Amino acid sequence: MALYSEKVMDHFINPRNVGQIENADGVGEVGNARCGDIMKIFLKINKDGIIEDVKFNTFGCASAIASSSMATEMIKGQPVSKALELTNKAVVEALDGLPAIKIHCSVLAEEAVKAAVKDYYDKNSIEYDKELFKENSCEHCNIE
Amino acid sequence: MRVYADNAATTKLSEKALETMLPLFTEGYGNPSSLHSVGQAAKTELEKAREKVAKAINASFKEIYFTSGGSEADNQAIRTAAYQGSRKGKNHIISSAFEHHAVLHTLNALKKEGFEITLVKVNENGVINPDDIRFAITDKTCLVTIMTANNEVGTIQPVEEIGKICREKGVLFHTDAVQAVGHIPVDVEKIGCDMLSSSAHKFHGPKGAGFLYVRKGIILKNLIEGGAQERGKRAGTENLPAIVGMAAALEEAVNNLEENEKKVSSMKKILIDGLSGIEKSRINGDTEKSLPGTLNMCFEGIEGESLLLLLDSKGICASSGSACTSGSLEPSHVLLSMGVPVEIAHGSLRLSINEYNTPEEMEYIVRCVPEVVSYLRSFSPVWDEIKKEEK
Repeated sequence: MALYSEKVMDHFINPRNVGQIENADGVGEVGNARCGDIMKIFLKINKDGIIEDVKFNTFGCASAIASSSMATEMIKGQPVSKALELTNKAVVEALDGLPAIKIHCSVLAEEAVKAAVKDYYDKNSIEYDKELFKENSCEHCNIE
Repeated sequence: MRVYADNAATTKLSEKALETMLPLFTEGYGNPSSLHSVGQAAKTELEKAREKVAKAINASFKEIYFTSGGSEADNQAIRTAAYQGSRKGKNHIISSAFEHHAVLHTLNALKKEGFEITLVKVNENGVINPDDIRFAITDKTCLVTIMTANNEVGTIQPVEEIGKICREKGVLFHTDAVQAVGHIPVDVEKIGCDMLSSSAHKFHGPKGAGFLYVRKGIILKNLIEGGAQERGKRAGTENLPAIVGMAAALEEAVNNLEENEKKVSSMKKILIDGLSGIEKSRINGDTEKSLPGTLNMCFEGIEGESLLLLLDSKGICASSGSACTSGSLEPSHVLLSMGVPVEIAHGSLRLSINEYNTPEEMEYIVRCVPEVVSYLRSFSPVWDEIKKEEK
């Protein structure tokens, strides 16, 4: 079997929603260059709380880029509350699986989305449950 | 265009090697240990191969032991020295931080068995200072093992000077010459090594064969017990077609060594000239004291696996020391040992070429790599930061 599924390769070679959004309503960045991956997600959210547009910038391996691409596709056009429900498992499933050692890439994608939503909430003084936004993005990586 | 530029991983089998191998599957299939004529014909082929291999590295045929490849040869060489050392109360081994895992993992295993391991430093150009070896040797040292040339960055080590030091101090010297044999002159007398490992598939021989040179007088310790093959030091029926193919490939490589070196070096120059101008890039390792065909570079702001896979989608096969390609979470131990910062080591690319490549292929690589690098940088938050800091 090839290292990556066709879906992963498709989202890696032709990533969706690549770029940045000027004056984004929410920006989330997770990961660490020392670990080898950083994801940054930009959200444009309308008055009704719907994610009108989403873009990403990612430094990382093929599965990190594919996970970012897939995660952005999955939350585009969704209400913010729905985006918060995005799990890394859902990203992995949508990509037809990731190798075990690459699962952390999907975790980063979930966390990047959450971080962007948190930024949106903070900017707009919207109250939220802090439990939803526990940071643990570097758990997978133990480089000193 | 399809360009195979991963020859440090493995090479294409030479036509000549293939030709010599094929009859051994169909007619010359005897077991060299059999006494009948079919077996003895196989034995003759085996010993002819041994002569050829010995000649290629200026050794005597009695000093050549066939193995399954470089890893086995490394394991057996190190275990032999460790065993002999421990019988004399010597339990110290010296090596370097950027050896192949076949060496480093064997040393780790020995450490658990009570050996003391010193890994000397590698300088930022990927070269070991022989004086560091000299200072590390104690009266407990039973082995120095240093590679002839590094597999990731291609730097050639001062093995002749290290050999001299070991001789002076009466310490065994083993060198992993897997990347060197067939590509640069390798002469066991000049190096002054006691043991040397090599692998067939790195010089257009088949996979599954290699050899260990062992200086006369050193008694090998078996890794595999059984029959009396390889003078009782490596049991198991010989992989005759692969061994004969290895000898043919090595003979061919050594006969064309100078010509190939010249051709490959000039192709590498095309790569260096074409790629070293890429913004925020660096060449890892000394480009002079280096194998003719190995070039290792880092590109800041991108990650090596994505670079590798995008190059593959353009038909270019290369390799990377990024964490993501190594199956571990840390980038190349070789680059880290040379002091390359972790975040930069993630963006490494190894191009390894040989005489089967063409200048046109080099031009193609030189066109594709900058394209892929700037594409990946176009959406890299790390690159974004680097550019912001510049302003």
